[in-house]
Amino acid sequence: MNRFEYVRADTIADAIAALAQSAEARVLAGGTNLVDLMKYDVAKPSRVVDINRLPLKEVADTENGGLKIGALVSNSDLAWHPQIVKRFPLLASAILAGASPQLRNAATTGGNLLQRTRCYYFYDSSTPCNKRTPGSGCGAIGGVNRIHAIFGASESCIAVHPSDMCIALAALDAEVEVEGVKGRRLIPFEQFHRLPETTPERDNTLEQGDLVTAVILPATDFGSHHTYLKIRDRLSYAFALVSVAVGMTMEDGVIADLRLAMGGVAHKPWRNKVLEKTLHGAEVNKASFRHFAEEALRGAKGQGQNDFKIALARRTIVRALTQAARGTPQDQSDKTFR
Amino acid sequence: MELHRTNYDLIGKPTRRVDGELKVTGRARYAAEYPAPDLLYGVIVSATVPVGRIKTLDTKRAAALPGVVRIFTHENVRSAAWLDRKWRDEVAPPGHPFRPLHSDRILFDGQPIALVVSDSFEVARDAASLVRAEYELGDHCTELEMKRTDAYDPPEKRSGIPPPPSPRGDAEEAFERSPCRISSEYRINAEHHNPMELFGTTCVFEAPGKLTIYEKTQGSHNSQGYVTSVFGLKSRNVKVINHYVGGAFGSALRPQQQLFFAVMASLELERSVRVVLTRSQMFYIGHRPDTYHAIALAADETGRLTSIMHDAVAATSHYEDYQEAIVNWSGMLYHCDNVKLSYSLAKLDTATPCDMRAPGAAVGVNAIECAIDELCHEVGIDPLQFREINFASKDENTGKQFTSKALMSCYRDGASAIGWPKRSPMPRSQKDGHELIGFGMATGTWEASLMKATAQAKLTSDGRLEVSTAASDIGTGTWTILAQIGADALGLPLESVTPRIGDSTLPASPVEGGSWTAASNGSAVLAACEAVKQTLFKYAKTMTNSPLADADYERTVFAGGRIAHDGDHARSLSIDEVMHAADLSEIVESGKASPSLLQMRKYTSYTHSAVFAEVRVDEDLGVVRIPKIVCAAAAGRIINPKTARSQILGGVVMGIGMALHEEAMTDHRMGKIMNHNLAEYHVPAHADISDIEVIFVDEADDKVSPLGVKGLGEIGIVGTAAAVANAIFNATGRRVRDFPITLDKLITETE
Repeated sequence: MNRFEYVRADTIADAIAALAQSAEARVLAGGTNLVDLMKYDVAKPSRVVDINRLPLKEVADTENGGLKIGALVSNSDLAWHPQIVKRFPLLASAILAGASPQLRNAATTGGNLLQRTRCYYFYDSSTPCNKRTPGSGCGAIGGVNRIHAIFGASESCIAVHPSDMCIALAALDAEVEVEGVKGRRLIPFEQFHRLPETTPERDNTLEQGDLVTAVILPATDFGSHHTYLKIRDRLSYAFALVSVAVGMTMEDGVIADLRLAMGGVAHKPWRNKVLEKTLHGAEVNKASFRHFAEEALRGAKGQGQNDFKIALARRTIVRALTQAARGTPQDQSDKTFR
Repeated sequence: MELHRTNYDLIGKPTRRVDGELKVTGRARYAAEYPAPDLLYGVIVSATVPVGRIKTLDTKRAAALPGVVRIFTHENVRSAAWLDRKWRDEVAPPGHPFRPLHSDRILFDGQPIALVVSDSFEVARDAASLVRAEYELGDHCTELEMKRTDAYDPPEKRSGIPPPPSPRGDAEEAFERSPCRISSEYRINAEHHNPMELFGTTCVFEAPGKLTIYEKTQGSHNSQGYVTSVFGLKSRNVKVINHYVGGAFGSALRPQQQLFFAVMASLELERSVRVVLTRSQMFYIGHRPDTYHAIALAADETGRLTSIMHDAVAATSHYEDYQEAIVNWSGMLYHCDNVKLSYSLAKLDTATPCDMRAPGAAVGVNAIECAIDELCHEVGIDPLQFREINFASKDENTGKQFTSKALMSCYRDGASAIGWPKRSPMPRSQKDGHELIGFGMATGTWEASLMKATAQAKLTSDGRLEVSTAASDIGTGTWTILAQIGADALGLPLESVTPRIGDSTLPASPVEGGSWTAASNGSAVLAACEAVKQTLFKYAKTMTNSPLADADYERTVFAGGRIAHDGDHARSLSIDEVMHAADLSEIVESGKASPSLLQMRKYTSYTHSAVFAEVRVDEDLGVVRIPKIVCAAAAGRIINPKTARSQILGGVVMGIGMALHEEAMTDHRMGKIMNHNLAEYHVPAHADISDIEVIFVDEADDKVSPLGVKGLGEIGIVGTAAAVANAIFNATGRRVRDFPITLDKLITETE
């Protein structure tokens, strides 16, 4: 861990100013990822801007019937918030599928969006990694890549985004509220994270001086038909090999609306909105789900050790669609798969 | 030696840890928690390539940081001992022990190349990250598969490790003529110990050449011996303390990097120094080696074993021939007239492997017990019945008798506890929802050793007893069982006994390993207490008007703080009365334990177990759950059923790790382990563990050790991974021979 300047921001404007001055400044919220990365010499910020005193800890109703979640609401508080439990159980489930109670107590909503990949090479500063050290190469291509991407990878980077919460937020069509030097703006969730292309060092579309202040959920909640199904190398406390978030509405036994996002497969939550529409009006049956899963994995490409993810993702989609349609979502406490 | 005329009041009774309160309140100090005046902090810089030479080592930027006291490298460190043997610790394998900072040569990735010392840990850590090394790279190989053809029989055998027994019968011929045969290959990936406590040493500089060392070790005497030998110090000037050890599993048997660095820096700087390894650095201090197992088994139609062949190749380093007994178990688990076993090593560019819980047996028994399950399936016989048919009533490797072997009781009680009749012999025939259900079993065994150990017992006139031996408690419960033994020996309540362990100034003890501590140190403590009793009795007899004047020692009972003839209160004296009359403030006696060579000519001793597992495997997703495991163990006398059960639970959990989770993921192009942290090196989480039932069957053994104790540290892991793998086969019909069994290996194309 390097020496750094510590700044505690008392207002959002102070935080933005402190961040805007240096490209090497980083925000400290829960610290569950940043402090780790600093100890591994992966993150070496010149300045750490502590935002924990900012008034961003509220969950409030929006005019459109949705919810606005402050960036500093902890993962635990969010997962157990009565409004989330009641109206957005998909989000609650995804949050509880991740990390451990202790980590969720410390981790924040904004921080969760900014989690960095768990790629082994990214974490080991003695190996090449374009995300950590641009231009140094990608160690994972041709290397240990069991946990890596099957969609959207580039020759520069095959890392995946690690968050569970973000997969649900992608399915829910959330928006990210950002304040920056040019004022406030809303970023649609699918435009928040990005693919690696030739600049994998950039995980998202934030600019220097930007601060995530809130996540906004639209009114559509998928309270009855949803699931977050996470498949991993042990039953708890492991990142997803593949996860699937499904939100569905049903009318007269027919699928009226469907959202499906995949985690563990790409540099960002992976959705195919065109394909989702093909199930609108479809009856619930295994054949249509299997066909959907086939199509959903079209174009997927393994890297060797992670080739199994393609078959695994197909099966996970079929199971997740079945769980959502039946209204028997994945239970994150007993870990059994229905 | 039996316990003299006691009722085993405390021995055999579930007893809370005497050190439990200290641990849960944080008052038990571990090596890196001891304060010292003017303490310096050392941080190790590790090599980032597997083989080569250091061309340049740039320490300028690091040295320029305010607060950096010194940076030690191979270029400036004062030489320690030159002779190889000076670096050989008590349990070192044959070869050339690794010498930190000895030269510019790099032998393995993660090798320490510098130590940055500062008066603050944070500065030392920051500075360490600024040290830059350039290397001249050599060719490396970290992949066992590439080196199998170069495997060799180690020329020098490791002390205490029996080489494979000579072949008996004609295994090849018997294999060829047998109607039922299987031949398969198993691979068990390298594993890392990962105890919770990081490796740390706090070296307190008392005076030039005089040190007190708080050290994470499984043997204070081993660390003391290493330090005095390497640095040329006098034994009386080096004290090593390891009161509490936060797990080790074998990784703290040998002195590790941090001990060398803390002592070296302390001697050079004449200051106290603390060095703690990072979690990542703990992946380069020894591991369970990667192994391949080629196994061929044959049986007749009735399920009688006719041939056993097991050839194992294990990885070692280029500088030491680390060895363990891997295949020997295959020749003694079952009765078989035709057996051929071999064991060879292959050199890889890694650190030397080191003993990890049930070294050798954990992998060897796992492989053979999976192969036995394959053979049972081939013959069409129930695996439990097969094991009963082929029961070995003596050790067929040596021809010796077992001092005891209550394995049949383990089979019976374990099968009953899991509900073995629920198992369907047909794989893939039981299903509940998406989950396939299966049952599997395996036999486990581990040696029951008695090592040379010494102890002291001190009885004071206030009726308090102190028992001392330089044993270690790595979480096993040693503190508690020694108190129980002392209390029962003298008929005192547990609270009146103070055990003292974890200190090199105490009576000599071997390292805590091999499951021998309870038997060895326990027997030494018992012997010392026996000597105290005899002394006390002598004084009691010769007291003026002694009611015990004509008492017979053999008929004397020590209970409730009194010495009574035949338990007759009227003919008794209190300890206080005797010592007061003799004007004694204390009685101090020594005791020792050592194996009987005479007995060892005729007998061998082993702990045995039967492990049963029930698994559920999601048919589509390959996710494995283990609703229940039963481990029924025959381990002689159980001193403390509570801590003993915990030992088995821990072993079983580690066995589940071997079955499903644990593996070093190596990038062989770079020669580097990539998952060197606890987020990516998976051990079972709570959700992976459900019901574990531990059964101790009755096993009386008057030969294995004076206490009848066999030891329990390792047996819980042996056989567990095989039971799980066999249950997975029963559930899915899929035989995975490459451990761990991760879900990708179970996804079948059934869609």
